Amino acid sequence: MSDQTPAPRDEAENLPAAPGTTPEPVQIGVRHGMFGAQDSGDTSGYDGLVSPILFPATAVRPYGRYFDEVADLLQEALDDRATPYTDAVERVVVDRDELTLFIRREHLLAVAQALRDEPALRFELCLGVSGVHYPHETGRELHAVYHLMSITHGHRRIRLEVTAPDDDPHIPSIVSVYPANDWHERETWDMFGIQFDGHPSLTRILMPDDWPGHPQRKDYPLGGIPVEYKGGTVPPPDQRRSYN
Amino acid sequence: MTTTSDIYESGGSGRADDIFATSPADEADAEGATILNATGGDWDDLVEEATALNEERIVVNMGPQHPSTHGVLRLILELDGETVTEARAGIGYLHTGIEKNMEFRTWTQGVTFCTRMDYLTPLFNEAAYCLAVEKLLGITDDIPERAQIIRVMMMEFNRIGSHLVAMGTGGMEMGATTVMTVGFRERERILSIFEMVSGLRMNNAYIRPGGVAQDIPHGTIDAVREAIPLISKGVHELELLMVENPILKGRMQRVGYLDLTGCMALGMTGPILRSAGLPLDLRKDEPYCGYETYDFDVVTRTEADAYARLCVRLDEIHESLKIVEQCADRLQAKPGPVMVADKKIAWPSQLSVGSDGQGNSPDHIREIMGTSMESLIHHFKIVTEGFRVPTGQVYAPVEAPKGELGCHLVSDGGTRPYRAHFREPSFNNLQGTAAMCEGGQVADVIVAVASIDPVMGGVDR
Repeated sequence: MSDQTPAPRDEAENLPAAPGTTPEPVQIGVRHGMFGAQDSGDTSGYDGLVSPILFPATAVRPYGRYFDEVADLLQEALDDRATPYTDAVERVVVDRDELTLFIRREHLLAVAQALRDEPALRFELCLGVSGVHYPHETGRELHAVYHLMSITHGHRRIRLEVTAPDDDPHIPSIVSVYPANDWHERETWDMFGIQFDGHPSLTRILMPDDWPGHPQRKDYPLGGIPVEYKGGTVPPPDQRRSYN
Repeated sequence: MTTTSDIYESGGSGRADDIFATSPADEADAEGATILNATGGDWDDLVEEATALNEERIVVNMGPQHPSTHGVLRLILELDGETVTEARAGIGYLHTGIEKNMEFRTWTQGVTFCTRMDYLTPLFNEAAYCLAVEKLLGITDDIPERAQIIRVMMMEFNRIGSHLVAMGTGGMEMGATTVMTVGFRERERILSIFEMVSGLRMNNAYIRPGGVAQDIPHGTIDAVREAIPLISKGVHELELLMVENPILKGRMQRVGYLDLTGCMALGMTGPILRSAGLPLDLRKDEPYCGYETYDFDVVTRTEADAYARLCVRLDEIHESLKIVEQCADRLQAKPGPVMVADKKIAWPSQLSVGSDGQGNSPDHIREIMGTSMESLIHHFKIVTEGFRVPTGQVYAPVEAPKGELGCHLVSDGGTRPYRAHFREPSFNNLQGTAAMCEGGQVADVIVAVASIDPVMGGVDR
């Protein structure tokens, strides 16, 4: 996990960058073998292959599209609110024409407030929160991903991503800023066990109230029973031979 | 009169044949033990206290099996007489773990799961998911034009079908069965076209990553052209029945009110937001599938009540019919492929209907079984293993009949989604139940919830 701010790009664009000067992609895990087959031998001869799973690296300026403007405006807005931008925004990722701001969880509420209230930003609409569980990212296993849209400024969209470790799964609730996030945060608590501090009533919403565990975490099994069909037995999907 | 408590209090000196009688030995054992006296008697005080407060506050559970709550929605209503003082929605009764299941199937198989979320808008679910997969693959611009036109046509037909059910069931819940029968009769025409094109009436799994499952069969354009005036006529019948109906207006006007401020705070999108006056429509604002090339209008109202939502839906049907008409013209003018050219992503075969039902086309079977070993290997690989999608995450929104349907997809570079999440408009909009219902009558709750048009398959996923 690269926490350092991106180094300025070398002026000689055509030269290969010196090691350690360009942002590194983020490794979230490793893949073994060629086909991911766990149950039987990999006959391709590549079963010893270990390849890292790399996520897009920190972006360097210029980000392109309206992303630079949003980042600058957010920086100004946060400075006005006495929350330094570099403290709040851990890193910026631009991938597939989408801007992702990784926000440190202690500053999430201030960032959300600035994004909503600053007239030049004005992201009125929060389209919920989606949890993602990366069990191999030690210390930042749980991610909460928020999608925001600004209607005022020509339907700009940005994504906020906040991480929390598995043994301290606390993220501040932004229901006070975006009331629409009420049920979405409850769903993410239900499915991933992320505790949104300050939520008015963080209870389960889709699973029964007394359900143990959080079903969409990666360590929670899919479940299912073998199905018999014409004398043969089909195991449940998570126990079948897979190619992942 | 001797009461039970008298017997206990008198130390148990009952008759000899009393099986509850105690012996002196028992009494010796009980020496020093705590004695509990079941005297009771506070109830009268409680009842008197409640009567003195003169409260008629009761909490009523409506659903999850109530016929007028739109599927398995549970409404918890606190009533003061006929007035709703608090309304809460209880959901989760139709949770089927679609998002989790998708993590264990290939990218193509994911379509089969997400099409079952909101079962009235299967093609929108598929479209949002497929647009997200295509964005992850970086092939958004490579999708053949004909595939995009077919997608738009199917989605707009689906929008009409969804709106017809919204109005039909909404009418039925108010006691107007004719609205329901007319609505479902017109929807039937749309389902026939779906069946003709995709082989299925619901849960079509027709839009696939890279295009659509197969080209439209011969005669589809004629069937579409035939259906458009009939649907238009049927919708006009609905309009005559509903729009100026004094009973319906009395039931729906100024009911389920949620103004623009409330809509924005609660993240409302779709007809609810447009009924409050904001023309937010992703088909215009962030066009996908080539919507920017079609001629249609965004319908708005300003009354922000259930009646305004009804009018928005009725007018949107006419706009959708306009789009479908344009699609039919384009489909006739532009033959071409319906799947992306990249054979490493495109599903290898087309389907056809044979004497033994629908299956792979005989030409394809002949090729892989008779002429090309490589084709067979390729078919096997792409069907069993699937294709790999580069790492990263995307969010792809579409304008579903109920609002913004967004798909958040994360890929770890494998053959299956690492995480698939859907921002369901029904799920979000149902949060407005309390704001729309509190302070109104019990009967208005039904109208307000019907105007949200929640489908529990989508809410609970």
